[in-house]
Amino acid sequence: MSGSLSRRDLVLAGAAFISISGRSQARTYGGAVPWTPGIADAPRGVAEGELKFFTAAEAAFVDAAVARLIPADHLGPGAKEAGVTTFLDRQLAGPYGRAERWYMQGPWQDGTKSQGYQSRLSPAELYRVAIKSIDQHCRQRFSGKTFAQLSADQQDRILTEIEKGKLKIEDIGPHAVAIEGAKGPHSDTFFAVLMQNTIEGFFSDPIYGGNRDMVGWKLIGFPGARYDYRPYVGRHGEKLDLAPVGIRGRPAWNDQQS
Amino acid sequence: MAKKLPAVDVALVGFGWTAAIVAEELTAAGLDVLALERGAWRDTPTDFAVTFAQDELRYMWRRSLFQEPARQTLTFRNSMDQTALPMRHLGSFLPATGVGGAGIHWNGQNWRFLPTDFVARSHNEARYGTLPESMTVQDWGVTYDELEPYYDKFEYLCGISGKAGNIKGRIQDGGNPFEGPRARDYPNPPLDMVYGPTLFAAAARETGHKPFPCPAANMSRAYTNPLGVTLAPCSYCGFCEKFGCGNYSKSSPQTTILPVLMRRNNFELRTQCEVLRVNCDSSGKRATSVTYIDTEGREFEQPAEMIFLCAFAQHNVHLLLLSGIGKPYDPKSGEGVVGRNYAYQIVSSVDVFFDDKIINPFVGAGGLGVGIDEYNGDNFDHGGLGFIGGGYLACWNTHGRPIELHPTPKGTPKWGSKWKEAVARNYLTTATISTHGAVMSYRTNYLDLDPTYRDAHGRPLLRLTFDFGDNEHRMSDYLTDRAAEIAKAMKPREIHAKKRNGHYSVVPYQTTHNTGGAAMGTDPRTSFVNRYLQSWDVPNLFVMGSSVFPQNAGYNPTGTIGALTYAAVDAVKNIYLKNPGPMVQA
Ligand SMILES: Cc1cc2nc3c(=O)[nH]c(=O)nc-3n(C[C@H](O)[C@H](O)[C@H](O)COP(=O)(O)OP(=O)(O)OC[C@H]3O[C@@H](n4cnc5c(N)ncnc54)[C@H](O)[C@@H]3O)c2cc1C
Ligand code: SF4
Repeated sequence: MSGSLSRRDLVLAGAAFISISGRSQARTYGGAVPWTPGIADAPRGVAEGELKFFTAAEAAFVDAAVARLIPADHLGPGAKEAGVTTFLDRQLAGPYGRAERWYMQGPWQDGTKSQGYQSRLSPAELYRVAIKSIDQHCRQRFSGKTFAQLSADQQDRILTEIEKGKLKIEDIGPHAVAIEGAKGPHSDTFFAVLMQNTIEGFFSDPIYGGNRDMVGWKLIGFPGARYDYRPYVGRHGEKLDLAPVGIRGRPAWNDQQS
Repeated sequence: MAKKLPAVDVALVGFGWTAAIVAEELTAAGLDVLALERGAWRDTPTDFAVTFAQDELRYMWRRSLFQEPARQTLTFRNSMDQTALPMRHLGSFLPATGVGGAGIHWNGQNWRFLPTDFVARSHNEARYGTLPESMTVQDWGVTYDELEPYYDKFEYLCGISGKAGNIKGRIQDGGNPFEGPRARDYPNPPLDMVYGPTLFAAAARETGHKPFPCPAANMSRAYTNPLGVTLAPCSYCGFCEKFGCGNYSKSSPQTTILPVLMRRNNFELRTQCEVLRVNCDSSGKRATSVTYIDTEGREFEQPAEMIFLCAFAQHNVHLLLLSGIGKPYDPKSGEGVVGRNYAYQIVSSVDVFFDDKIINPFVGAGGLGVGIDEYNGDNFDHGGLGFIGGGYLACWNTHGRPIELHPTPKGTPKWGSKWKEAVARNYLTTATISTHGAVMSYRTNYLDLDPTYRDAHGRPLLRLTFDFGDNEHRMSDYLTDRAAEIAKAMKPREIHAKKRNGHYSVVPYQTTHNTGGAAMGTDPRTSFVNRYLQSWDVPNLFVMGSSVFPQNAGYNPTGTIGALTYAAVDAVKNIYLKNPGPMVQA
């Protein structure tokens, strides 16, 4: 690997932008086919290691929350063991966290359910504000304990309240300046984002840091990024038990894969 | 100041499905054609290689092939008394950006509309009496029989896999007996069928229906199309809709037209050039040029003899409104045509849960499924039902991508151990029956310019005012009930019927089958283009794509879009080029 970032590194840093592929200039094509067969390269994965977005306290919240949303149990590892916190950390540090593709111009106002997300907060800001707000709420209610310090039952109760939109997400602390004018979104908005992201981290390709050892895929029997199922089309009703394959292959094929 | 460029014969705005067809046909006729595409170049080996194409997070959930709302979106409200707010990220529909347009990431469910769909007003009124005053449903000004050769042409371009149900009026066993008569069978046999649709077919037959393999733009075998471009057999990879095909097996501009078109010296493509408006001369009756902007913010004026809007449904309408071409629709007076008759699709589904039957959803392809057409269009008597129109039911086996697909029975908690257990238990053993219904057009469903919100260039966003009508809800409920009956006949452990309740919402993905806003028709007071997709007001301006549908039918649109495009280009070659001017007298 050379020291410079390859196209795929950038792509995998978060949401993919084809436009950073070195082709962001307007171009003209005529009189010939412009492609070169076979130049595509395989992607490289998210590296384990230090948090890139979450603070330690935030990571503790996310670890605890996703462990309740998809728990480890008799069926196998849950979201926490699958690395969903790492997944989320990298996603929120990247273009998705910054809502780079979203329309983020005002004026801002609450809409109907059918008008969708209307918060001024990007996903990264939403997590920052919501976690702070929920932990503060927990400290008040449970004699100084944060969400992560509560019992599983207590956590489930809080998560249910968040899901139902019963908690108001206040934009508290220093961040309030950055989101001045924003109406605090209701907690159900945050819950929907958190659950969707947890499912993403549990079931996406392992290169993004979640679905570690393909535990999500193994749980349900999804064989992953296999490319050719023609031999199986006619095998009606058969349990195929195909070992899952990711974009970088299977763990057994590649020692470096985390 | 925009730099003025040398004129071309034909300028195409956008370079997706319709533009590729127009470009191929008109360059073959000897014209100089220029396509302006706002997105980047895309090709199979570079952009959809099988070493990374199968990435659910990147393509579906991070939307990396789709339009960026930061650059272009619309505002939305259900009714005129609400304030429209911006669609801040994509949801209900996923418009494309980049060479090939949505042709890259469609499913390839490729249908013809019914003969009666093209005469929706006159046919329904003759059979059921006057339509409600609120409906602006109208005839298309073109008939199925007139379009048949062009449907055929698009199907042979694409290499559609399917089984004919009606060849020249003779009903064919195993095909769709309700389809309009076709000249010949599909170019390729149906895809091989997987288990779920096979169980659906048996139950449908048992309950008195005539199931057939759905027509698919996924190759059931290697196929060389009339342009000499070869496609490879589909590998049932299950990463089809929302993804590019790494296998040259899904029909797209890239796999059917571009290898020929890109080599022609009278064709030029400029990518990452976004058209801002169409300019007319002082009479307003002749389009002279388009203005576009490149990624460095430089503006250019590109003169052309003919201009084709090929920018996809709502973008065509947005450009017309921004260019001040045609009379904008006013829902209060009912006058004006640009933005009138916006429609969509109404969909619902029934999950069918088995204990003992392994469905293996991941062995899938975009158009792989079995359908029935008994409840589409006017294939059944609507007497006493309280609605017109209908849709098809199908058991598709398109994919098993788990972020999107993890069905759970009714009453399952939305998270926690019980949710996890239900997902694990049902993933391999659930089939789904979908209903795909028509949406009629109404006085109060329309497109105009938003008074408040602006796009990246500071221009007003398009504003969408839309909701499903009672007609749509009754129709969709009726389809869902029929689907549930067949689901029960599949003898599952349980079913979960998911009706489409309440207001239309931009949040969950439904379909990218947006239609209308520049309707075709026979009367310039109620349509923007004539039957040849030529503007009544500006005869050297043409509008391609589903913007011209006066209302939507119960099928996916692209077969009909392809047919209308070929029909329009034929008229340009045979009528317009000999005598440029209106091809239909108003
Ligand atoms: C996820 C998905 C699944 C689908 N599945 C099916 C299916 O199974 N069956 C079916 O029948 N149909 C399906 N469709 C619809 C089908 O893809 C479209 O009907 C078809 O692609 C329309 O062709 P078009 O040429 O009108 O638009 P497109 O193919 O979308 O091309 C429009 C092009 O114009 C460009 N453009 C827009 N504005 C500008 C501008 N101002 N300047 C320059 N360029 C511009 C866009 O970037 C785009 O490349 C699906 C669509 C999507 C998104
Ligand atoms: S299912 Fe078939 S047509 Fe679709 S992407 Fe995979 S190989 Fe291509």
